[in-house]
Amino acid sequence: MERLRWVQHRCLQLISTDRRRGWYSSPSSLPPKSSQDAQDPQVQRLSGKRRVVVSRWDTHHSEYRSFSKGFQNNSIRTTKYTLISFIPMNLFQQFHRAANLYFLFLVLLNWVPAVEAFQKEITMIPLAVVLTVIAFKDAMEDYRRYRYDKKINNTLTHVYSGKQQRYVERRWAEVCVGDLVRLCCNEIIPADMVLLHSSDSNGVCHIETANLDGETNLKQRQVVRDLTQQGCEFVPENFSSRIECENPNNDLRRFRGFMEHPGKVRVGLHSENLLLRSCTVRNTETVIGIVVYAGHETKAMQNNSGPRYKRSKLERRLNMDVLWSVALLLLMCFIAAIGHGLWLSELEDPIFMIPDNTHPALAAFYMFWTMIIVLQVLIPISLYVSIEIVKLGQIYFIQNDLDLYNPVLDTGVQCRALNITEDLGQIQYLFSDKTGTLTENRMLFRRCTVAGTEYPHHENAVSLEQYEDQACGDVDRSLTLRSRTSKKSLSCKSLSCNRSSVSLNTLTAESDTHSVHDTLRRHTTGAFSSTMECAVVPDPQLHMKLSTLSSPMRSPLRPDAAEISLILDFFLALTVCNTVVVSSPSQPRHVVQMPVVRTPLRSLEEMKAMFQKLSLPRFPHSPNTNTDTPPSLTKKLFARGRSASYFPNSNPQTPVTPLESPVKLSGTPSDTPPALIPPALSSSGAWGEDAEDKKQAKDNAADESESDDEDEEEELLYEAESPDEAALVQAAKAYGCTLLGRSPEQVLVAVPGTGPLSISLLHVLPFHSARKRMSVVVRHPLTGEVVVYTKGADNVIMELAKQAEDDFSREVMELTQRHLDQYAREGLRTLCVAKKVLGEQEYEAWMKRHEYAETSIENREELLLESAERLETDLTLLGATGIVDRLQEEVPETIEALQEAGIKVWVLTGDKQETAINIAFACKLLRPTDHILMANCDSKEACEARLQELQLEVQQVTKADEPEGDCISDCVLVIDGRTLDYALQKELQGAFLDLTCCCRSVICCRSTPLQKSQVVRLVRDKLEVMTLAIGDGANDVSMIQMADVGVGISGQEGMQAVMSSDFAISRFKFLRKLILVHGHWCYARLANMILYFFYKNVMYVNLLFWYQFFCGFSGSTMTNSWVLIFFNLLFTSVPPLVYGVLDKDVSAETLLKLPDLYKSGQNSQAYLPTTFWLNILDAFYQSLVCFFIPYFAYAGSDIGVFSFASPINGSALLIILLHQVIESRTLTWIHASLLIFSGLFYYAFVLLFSITCVTCNSPTNPYGIETKMMSEPLYYLVCVLTTVLALLPRMLSRAFSNTICPSDLVKAQKIERLSAQDYSSSLQKWKENKATQRVSSRPVPQNLSVNADIPSLTECAAEGGAVLS
Amino acid sequence: MASSYNAKEEDGHHPGLVGSGGPGAVKSKKPDNTAFKQQRLPAWQPILTAGTVLPAFFMIGLIFIPIGIGLFVTSNNIKEFEIDYTGVDMSSPCYNCAQNYSWNSTSVCTCTVPFTLDQPFESNVFMYYGLSNFYQNHRRYVKSRDDSQLNGDKSSLLNPSKECEPYRTSDRKPIAPCGAIANSLFNDTLELFYIHPNGSKIGIHLVKTGIAWWTDKHVKFRNPGGSNNNLSVVFQDTSKPVNWRKAVYELDPADPENNGFVNEDLIVWMRTAALPTFRKLYRIIQKKKDTMTPTLPPGNYSLEVAYNYPVRSFDGRKRVILSTISWMGGKNPFLGIAYITVGSVCFFLGVVLLIIHHKYGNRNNNADIPN
Repeated sequence: MERLRWVQHRCLQLISTDRRRGWYSSPSSLPPKSSQDAQDPQVQRLSGKRRVVVSRWDTHHSEYRSFSKGFQNNSIRTTKYTLISFIPMNLFQQFHRAANLYFLFLVLLNWVPAVEAFQKEITMIPLAVVLTVIAFKDAMEDYRRYRYDKKINNTLTHVYSGKQQRYVERRWAEVCVGDLVRLCCNEIIPADMVLLHSSDSNGVCHIETANLDGETNLKQRQVVRDLTQQGCEFVPENFSSRIECENPNNDLRRFRGFMEHPGKVRVGLHSENLLLRSCTVRNTETVIGIVVYAGHETKAMQNNSGPRYKRSKLERRLNMDVLWSVALLLLMCFIAAIGHGLWLSELEDPIFMIPDNTHPALAAFYMFWTMIIVLQVLIPISLYVSIEIVKLGQIYFIQNDLDLYNPVLDTGVQCRALNITEDLGQIQYLFSDKTGTLTENRMLFRRCTVAGTEYPHHENAVSLEQYEDQACGDVDRSLTLRSRTSKKSLSCKSLSCNRSSVSLNTLTAESDTHSVHDTLRRHTTGAFSSTMECAVVPDPQLHMKLSTLSSPMRSPLRPDAAEISLILDFFLALTVCNTVVVSSPSQPRHVVQMPVVRTPLRSLEEMKAMFQKLSLPRFPHSPNTNTDTPPSLTKKLFARGRSASYFPNSNPQTPVTPLESPVKLSGTPSDTPPALIPPALSSSGAWGEDAEDKKQAKDNAADESESDDEDEEEELLYEAESPDEAALVQAAKAYGCTLLGRSPEQVLVAVPGTGPLSISLLHVLPFHSARKRMSVVVRHPLTGEVVVYTKGADNVIMELAKQAEDDFSREVMELTQRHLDQYAREGLRTLCVAKKVLGEQEYEAWMKRHEYAETSIENREELLLESAERLETDLTLLGATGIVDRLQEEVPETIEALQEAGIKVWVLTGDKQETAINIAFACKLLRPTDHILMANCDSKEACEARLQELQLEVQQVTKADEPEGDCISDCVLVIDGRTLDYALQKELQGAFLDLTCCCRSVICCRSTPLQKSQVVRLVRDKLEVMTLAIGDGANDVSMIQMADVGVGISGQEGMQAVMSSDFAISRFKFLRKLILVHGHWCYARLANMILYFFYKNVMYVNLLFWYQFFCGFSGSTMTNSWVLIFFNLLFTSVPPLVYGVLDKDVSAETLLKLPDLYKSGQNSQAYLPTTFWLNILDAFYQSLVCFFIPYFAYAGSDIGVFSFASPINGSALLIILLHQVIESRTLTWIHASLLIFSGLFYYAFVLLFSITCVTCNSPTNPYGIETKMMSEPLYYLVCVLTTVLALLPRMLSRAFSNTICPSDLVKAQKIERLSAQDYSSSLQKWKENKATQRVSSRPVPQNLSVNADIPSLTECAAEGGAVLS
Repeated sequence: MASSYNAKEEDGHHPGLVGSGGPGAVKSKKPDNTAFKQQRLPAWQPILTAGTVLPAFFMIGLIFIPIGIGLFVTSNNIKEFEIDYTGVDMSSPCYNCAQNYSWNSTSVCTCTVPFTLDQPFESNVFMYYGLSNFYQNHRRYVKSRDDSQLNGDKSSLLNPSKECEPYRTSDRKPIAPCGAIANSLFNDTLELFYIHPNGSKIGIHLVKTGIAWWTDKHVKFRNPGGSNNNLSVVFQDTSKPVNWRKAVYELDPADPENNGFVNEDLIVWMRTAALPTFRKLYRIIQKKKDTMTPTLPPGNYSLEVAYNYPVRSFDGRKRVILSTISWMGGKNPFLGIAYITVGSVCFFLGVVLLIIHHKYGNRNNNADIPN
């Protein structure tokens, strides 16, 4: 039922009413997807509109009232109607649809006495039926929403009561702005609140925003700075500060304001202080906050947008043809009016005329309107309703497709837009993101370069490939791997997430978001930390170098001390410079807490001394200080009593002897007291994974350490915002630099050679898409210096590091650059790591300006950006990392199939050119024989010249190959972001598009989200083609929204892409069936159904029109008015619906194997203007036959008006139903029974009517007519003749065209008839033929193997190899 | 039409086995693997090709042609005789009546139309009057009646429906039967005489009942207050339609079963004709008891018309039709000819399709599919 919600939404599209309630904000008001909103001028100028919030309890009450006038309370009402307002409101909204208005107009017209054609009640029936059906849906929807609202509004929370001086339970609906709310762990936040107190000693609290954006990683929120000394009890009575903040808006990531203490001291507030409604408090015992936005003003509520409404291409065509029908109607009415006028003027006072003084001209005018009423059915009123119902049916089947179901994530396909299913069948251009869409977005550390030395990590590569094999060869294996993680999360659910069911409802009644969260919750838990996949086998050389730190004397090879220092810095940067949150598997939702202040280790002093020495550049002294970390450390930590809150991961000793044997790598089990195994995990033995684990361990020695680790429960779960971060942290961990815990002020890391170190975190400058980097400012634990660690895109970091003076760093940069290029060629994602040491004064100076930026309300984002840029200069390059991102399964096959289907596939990625090309090769978008056209230009002129040059090149290539070959050559354009910018400018657009038209594919690399959407817009608007954009991340949102069809991949990067998409799938490969099969079906079905509707209406209405020639154009109808109305509404409306949902021209199997068949939809073959007019012509012919055969058969006899209609209606029904049979491609028992039912229904109705209705239905009383007519053999003779003659031309033309020049679809249908053996051989032949057609001179490209659906092991391995090599 | 059950889609899935999951499994979103949900219902897929369609064409041809011949023969066996007595021509015996007559005249104008039947009419002969260019199907005319009044409803009798305007009341009394249809009731009186070769005029007995539908006569039309009452009392508060000479209860004073609203002439008239040229059953000449003599032997006849019904204003024509009847109704050769034509066309097309099928059809059966 929820799928029917679009109906209201559609109404709302027509009127943007009642925004205040905030349930539906139009899709355009979705939150800005990136944090680029700083550029949004509208957002900036909010300074004039602020809200002031003060605490709401007794002492402040008077003041409170003055402020809180305009604030809403926390009750929400997402329903659109109330019990009383339902009927008027709903009707009002429904009448915003043009079609309904038209029929209302007709109803009203029928009340004009001079014009009246039928009884007034009867004309109202169609409209009433349509309105009731929709109103019923609306009511159901609204009722469901009402129930949700009620449930949410009645949820209880604790609010401070001034009277009772304590926290009392109160319903959510009663929470007001200014209330102090106390929440416990795992409770859901009832309203947007500023965090005032947290039980956490550091003043932080973690929230899970899964309800809001689907991201399950924990986000940290901070108590307002210097509000109270944290740790002590928060006393509400003493809180008397005033909060001033911006007015409610829908930007989830922005909150600006300040808090003014009684002493006029102002403290800046930002989004880190804001707890958002419908998020869940995690791993913090209690928090107290003051409500600033409530109810519909909360960000969560303001972000709710209803289902998306797009108008499909077919629907646009349809509307065009509806207008044609209107024109036809007017023409027919005009003819009738003229005819009536002429007829009248020739008569003088005949006995059969009601005395009337109307002038013939005026009578003709009246007649025009009468005829409009009589022929109203020509405009198919039920068409719109039917289309909507059919689309619901189509969506039902898409969502129920097993082939689109991903058993790993337990998700099928989600149709978020309910009315563009048929657009899937007409896609011509496909724009794909790369990361996460074509690839898994499961980042695995592959290799790195530090200080100019490349560490190839060969063993790591081997282990990765082995994993690949396993994943491919044994699906079950990967399943169990995943299920293990999911079971962990299950156990966690029982612990902490038991209220999730409530939390899910808090968002809205949107149940699809619901399901998204559910699945997401299930699969992302620990997704980035799945043990197997994150296994990094350290590079021996690097490991050894690093290990000199801990055991310098034993090392056979003594590396340069400066290098070691750089290496350590490199790993420290990897460990620290991120936003990864650590949690332990035993309590997955509880972030590992910082053990409070640790006493520095005894050896730390020495270590520090060593480090100071090392950090002096080129100090060739070997460090001689080291200690074996006392095992007591671990014990001490365990003994702290906060059970399971802190597990140091790898024993500091482990990395010491890396070269001997990997088996020895594992920490000795005796280190861990068995008593510490938490019950949740000890039960994990029952999961039955042990055997599996052991087998696996044998397979892969390197894994052993991991599986052993697992046995020891020494695993830490890293929850990162991006998978790259997690991969890097994991990599560092493999080298002993383990991230153990994180708090806003401190990071706890284990460094080889020392125990856990607490590094004080001074600032985090988070990642920003404009800067393309992130930085942390820390106080170095060993040297005490203020150090900036920066991690970011290689080009950016290289740019910033360029200023380096000395030879050494220049050399490092050169080498690193070379390595980076090599990585990119291998298709690795590269990141550079750099650092900078700040002098105290320098830091102080920067700090001051940064604090100013942080506290300012206006332009805060800009200032922060500026501040960050000021800091990130003169960096010293430490090294770079290469991360591998595996291709998703069946991507090459899918892309190949899509290309065969005539879809142009473009890849738009933010990655480097080399990476992009490599991936393109891997996924067969690029073939070795292809011509790659590169476009990298620095200026507009150069770009223009380059485009022309490339155009020439393309022409040469195509000419050389084959002169008559169509434009689609084997050229692939690769264009980078900067050049794209030029190419997208107005003057060059044409040239760019011309060039791309000649290319088989286009790869845009280094493109920004904005560019992505610009490209889509350009292609969509200028080439007037159907576009589909597919992506998984926030950076694809604009592209997804821009394209005609947006597909989101529900993957690793949150739900933003899914939220803005029309369809959400979980793997790229599903696109194949979604488009080639469902798209094709939906299009063909709907197009045929619409055509049929037009035909049906024209055919039936024309019967009435022909009658006008024999009744003096008086607007008389020979049909009983009930039958007339019901004919379209009841008797012939159900079969087309079933055809629209179930008809199947070619089976899914064949469609998948012959992607060529998709082209029929692309060219709109099923519904061309010519098809429409031929259809209308046929309808005219059929109605002529259907009218004139009975006419001549009964001419001159004593036939009565209504008896005359009896054979006409009977044969019209037969014709219309049998026409459907001719047009349909499949007949199942459902079709057959509905067709028979329709026929029987008509006859039952008509007979019953003629038996029972003695005086009813006055002028067109049916009494006795049908029984009498049907008792005469003439009736049947007429019906048979009429039906045969009417259907003859269509049958004949079908038979002729199908025999003489069958379309591809018909050929495919014929192939399906063949026996299994002939079938496959025919398919093969077909493909060969097509292939030779396509490339006659070139070598035939690799054929799709017949059973492409089942990835064979070899294929998969080859695919993996292509990525990895 | 060829058909095939696409059984090859039924692959090895076993519904129910996969979906249920392990014991205590969380409700999975996995779609059910049923033929319906996976759109694998066995289906009959008609592809219309020359090969599949041509048997149908031959069949139609073979069935239609005999039917057509049968219909044609039947229609030709029906005897029909038509006399136009409108009196448009000067030579017409009713010319004078037609010229002078209007609705307001009170005197009765009669004319006698002689005619000759060449062939005997066997069995029952139906006597129709036919009107041309009379639009009984005009929208407002059709509406202008009150069915419940005609059904004997007392309140409707005294308060007829508004649809009857302007023939609803006259002299402040409700009109019974109200409306334009009743008002324009055909009121010519037709009598048929056989002119015996010896010159004597023998009146032919015309049966005036049994001409209306049984349902109309017995259910739809009823006199108010039952059939036993004195109709003049029942209708005393009503007035006759303006064009009528006599009140509704005087339509057939001789037969109370055929008087008032149940008068069959009225009932027949009230069933409005579909087309502007129509005939309505007027009388039935019943077959004589002795089977030897035909109902209407060949010879001279005369039709005596009490000319009351003016049609000149709208260029109408009045006719009398004598016709025998068959199982398919009156004489109409159209249907027979149409059946024969369509049948032969189908047969011909069948031959064409056969040729096409031989030329192209075989090619498709080979796997040489794309061009």
